[in-house]
Amino acid sequence: MDRRTFLKNSALIAGAAGSLPLFKFMPAHAAGNRETLIVVTGSGPNSMDIHREGTNRPSYAIAVNLYDRLLSYGTKTLDDGTVSYDYETLVPEVAESWDVADDKMSAVFHLRKTATFWDGKPITAHDVKWSFDRAVTVGGFPTVQMKAGSLEKPEQFEVIDEHTFKINFLRPSKLTLPDLAVPVPIIINSEVAKAHATDDDPWATDYLHRTPAGGGAYKLLRWDPGEQTVYERYDDWQNGEVPALKRVIIREVPSASTRRALIERGDTDISLDLPPKEAADLHASDKINVAGVPIENCVNALGLNVEMAPFDDKRVRQAIAYALPYEKIFDAAAYRRGRMMHGGQSFTPASADWPQPFPYDTDLDKARALLEEAGHGNGFEVPLSINLGLAQWTEPTALLIQESLGKIGIRTPIDKIPGANWRTQALVEKSLAMHLKNFGGWLNYPDYYFFWAYVKGHLFNSMNYSNPTIDTLVDETLHIPVDDPAYVPNIKQMIAIAFEDVPLIPLWQPNLDVAMQKNVQGYEYWFHRQLDCRPLKKV
Amino acid sequence: MAAASTFTHARYVLGENPLTVVAFAMFFVLVLLAAFGPWIAPYDPLASDTAIKLMAPSAEHWFGTDHLGRDVLSRVIVATRLDLMIALSAVALAFFGGSVLGSLAGYYGGWTDRVIGRVIDTVMAFPLFVLAMGIVAVLGNSVENIVYATAVINLPFYARVARAEIGVRRESGFAAAAKVAGNGNIGVLARHLYPNILPAMMVQLSLNMGWAILNAAGLSFIGLGVRPPTPEWGIMVAEGAQFIVSGEWWLAVFPGVSLMIAVFCFNMMGDGLRDLIDPRRRT
Amino acid sequence: MSGLATIAKRLLEALPTLFGVILVTFMLTRALPGDPAVFYAGPAADAESIAQVRHAMGLDRSLPVQFASYVEGLAAGDWGVSLSTGRDVTEELSRRLPASLELTLLGLLIAIVVAIPLGVLAATRPNSWVDHICRIIVTTGVSMPVFFTGLLLVYVFYYLLGWAPAPLGRLDFMHIAPDRVTGLYLVDSLIAGDVEVFRASLAHIFLPALTLGIFALAPIARMTRAAMLDVLSSDYIRTARASGLATRTVLFTYALRNALLSVLTTLGMVFSFLLGANVLVEKVFSWPGIGSFAIDALVASDYAAVQGFVLAMALLFVTLNLTIDLLYAVIDPRIRAAS
Repeated sequence: MDRRTFLKNSALIAGAAGSLPLFKFMPAHAAGNRETLIVVTGSGPNSMDIHREGTNRPSYAIAVNLYDRLLSYGTKTLDDGTVSYDYETLVPEVAESWDVADDKMSAVFHLRKTATFWDGKPITAHDVKWSFDRAVTVGGFPTVQMKAGSLEKPEQFEVIDEHTFKINFLRPSKLTLPDLAVPVPIIINSEVAKAHATDDDPWATDYLHRTPAGGGAYKLLRWDPGEQTVYERYDDWQNGEVPALKRVIIREVPSASTRRALIERGDTDISLDLPPKEAADLHASDKINVAGVPIENCVNALGLNVEMAPFDDKRVRQAIAYALPYEKIFDAAAYRRGRMMHGGQSFTPASADWPQPFPYDTDLDKARALLEEAGHGNGFEVPLSINLGLAQWTEPTALLIQESLGKIGIRTPIDKIPGANWRTQALVEKSLAMHLKNFGGWLNYPDYYFFWAYVKGHLFNSMNYSNPTIDTLVDETLHIPVDDPAYVPNIKQMIAIAFEDVPLIPLWQPNLDVAMQKNVQGYEYWFHRQLDCRPLKKV
Repeated sequence: MAAASTFTHARYVLGENPLTVVAFAMFFVLVLLAAFGPWIAPYDPLASDTAIKLMAPSAEHWFGTDHLGRDVLSRVIVATRLDLMIALSAVALAFFGGSVLGSLAGYYGGWTDRVIGRVIDTVMAFPLFVLAMGIVAVLGNSVENIVYATAVINLPFYARVARAEIGVRRESGFAAAAKVAGNGNIGVLARHLYPNILPAMMVQLSLNMGWAILNAAGLSFIGLGVRPPTPEWGIMVAEGAQFIVSGEWWLAVFPGVSLMIAVFCFNMMGDGLRDLIDPRRRT
Repeated sequence: MSGLATIAKRLLEALPTLFGVILVTFMLTRALPGDPAVFYAGPAADAESIAQVRHAMGLDRSLPVQFASYVEGLAAGDWGVSLSTGRDVTEELSRRLPASLELTLLGLLIAIVVAIPLGVLAATRPNSWVDHICRIIVTTGVSMPVFFTGLLLVYVFYYLLGWAPAPLGRLDFMHIAPDRVTGLYLVDSLIAGDVEVFRASLAHIFLPALTLGIFALAPIARMTRAAMLDVLSSDYIRTARASGLATRTVLFTYALRNALLSVLTTLGMVFSFLLGANVLVEKVFSWPGIGSFAIDALVASDYAAVQGFVLAMALLFVTLNLTIDLLYAVIDPRIRAAS
């Protein structure tokens, strides 16, 4: 190309682009299409396989919508009309019925005889065994979650015949059957998986990571990591009512305010991962439905590391619990979405409900007196660590705490820690003195929460809290049924200790807020906090 | 050139370019705010009051209040000092480091030049903002580390100018004369060559100040900025950005405009300085 | 020296730089706080499962061994697997790079289309009010943080006016991406003859590209102005003017053409400058480019992805500078004659 043509060409291109106007763009309203649902979310799945190491939280939605489990939970309607899953009832999914042996040491599951995977192959007990063996063997998160339900070894899983499957229990536990209905124990098409297994990779993790092989209500139509996931209905689904929606498009939109704008302008049907502010605003406007359900068994809380002075002194912890500006936090960080967790009546819990308000309220004089008594009348300095990934609520909360503690002489510089780093420091090394945390247990039992968060060495006990009484109580309570006479007194005792010792100071119980257009119906709240697309419809 | 004629020249250039005068005036205001900000601010920039959170601009709060009920005007004023400090220290570090490396490379040539040249090329081959992100992510987000990261990505510009300018003058008569007069290499470099290249380096300075402020703001936007609750314009824009769609524009717009004015002012001053220093303008 | 030999020599010269980039990136990623093994072992993993993950990722080996195996892999074309998406880094980059390039190129184009006339205008009337206004416009553009410009544009053109489509990436739900030829939707849709997809892609790319374009006005306009002033004061233009040629002819046929040479050299710098600014713009517009990928990878301590991103950028810069040099040689007859 010589200089003349080069210049001529660039001038041409320049002229062409310059004459294009910023034309009015009409958003193609998918809302007009009743069979297609459009969802926007903050972040998307990083794997199609919930058993894979490193699988993130949004990937659980894949397990929920694309795979089946033996059992599922029933539903109930909450006071505000929102439908929620009901942890007290288990309903059939792949198993049409099941019997627990009289000695409570095993259970037999009868699978549906007509149900098939997407490729037409019948779902058999062999598939269930292969999938469960995989979950307890691959290690990492799936194995830990299975273990929570006392499902630990492949020997526990037995194929009786093509359509009968048996689980031998290690111990009778109230957690075993509910644990079969969480997202982890998915049923994989074992023949497809085995065809892609290698000696190095006997569980076909490479293949299943990219390509789901299941028989759930939805099939995967498209997955562009970081961009979108598209589900398409599996018309021959037998394990529940066939979904009304033919197609679900889930787009990733990192900016929360854009997600809000999209739902407000009618460009999306559902907007997920809404910060409390956006949820509160949308709720106040009447154009959008916001389903807000306090997340069960979950609190946003301030953790105090009891192995680091001065938090080894109970009086210092109590002083801090009296110095937190609960109302301000609930106002400015939670925008009053959720349930308050302060101002309880008594140090003796009246019920075995969890979480329940702690018997503390903002009382700076009491806080000062306690600090004085503990010999810290002049205050001290301690970093307040927050997870950058949760900055939406942790940052305003931390700023308000910082200001309030400053009034009783405690200086708290704020340390923002990126998400990857957070896991290491807070949960594994447990090296953060004062930190804001959020933990919720999938299985909705107080003893399950205490097991993870109050027993020394357990992952979510970032406070390093250690109390032999709690350990014994958790051990005694974890597996017994809720109608056992020891259950309620045990739980109350645990809660009383948590009130008194306050290694963890609950601030509020957060909401799971989901905004949807008025014509979207059938939304259900689930403990796994993912969108279950199967019951949704557009009218 | 005598001082008097420099002054005449400056007056001529400034007279021809009133924008530079405006920029210098704005810079003066910024310096005043940086020096006396804490006394000028009408409220405590850190005091929260959730009862008045997210209030639109009014007579009591000219720039409104933020999501914790803090006075935005006070925060914008108090932030001036920190923002100018970040830019100034980052650019000063880069200026110093770049001068040393560039001068050594230009003066000694050969292997010194090759090694330093490669190091500079390596830095330049990075997407610079991503390099800054990486440095802050590794060192942790504190004011000092933001300054270091910004300095590192600015350094190559000075190093290149210094290397080129020293290289041109290395063989000149006055350098040789200084050497004959018994000066060591470092002495020739520091006392005789370096002062001559200062004007060329100075032009970069003002432009880079603006860039340094933008860089710090960008880091804040992705969560690697200054620690809260310290008021800083970039972080205020980043925090305020999430409130724009819900109509609370004042959180982002006022610090954003302040940021813009500061960068604008540095850029204009840079232009003005170039006009003053660029010898061709003098003919 | 023949063209090929020049290219080979330039490429050889770039090798140490590339090695430096690889080494620095490697050290930087290893120094990142946070333990990827912990991150990827999942929310409820115990010490044992973390150790398993660490071993599987090869993170229990010494740094030099890790570096050697990384370089060995690179030589074989294996850039590693991104842990957060579980795909090959090369696959991720090749999928995302066209999105970033398309955005950057269009941003650059917008900047050129606006900045060059502004620069010429300013140069024809130096130090007049026209010159000052041009200067104010371009300096304002470069003084705004790109994410702030982007957010304001989205707020005004999407949220308030509804003229622009939602900031949802390259295409909305109703359109299907054109068959991949170049990976640039604007080009591919034209190749496929699909005008509707072309319009949709253009509507989606317009605001983010404009954001970048506004940021890039200043360097181009300034360089145009300076180069024009330079050329206009040169002897041959004076001669041309003196010989009675029309101002318009002098300006556009002789002066601008010569000034563009200097502008071209700045374009390389501006392009790399824009690629950097891209990181933030992509975040604002949910643009599925390599910049947003890099931010996520950095926060997640996704070593392979961060390394791959930086390496790809470095390669891109080297290629770009080489291309500019060659283009310059093509356009400038003096250089062509000399070589």
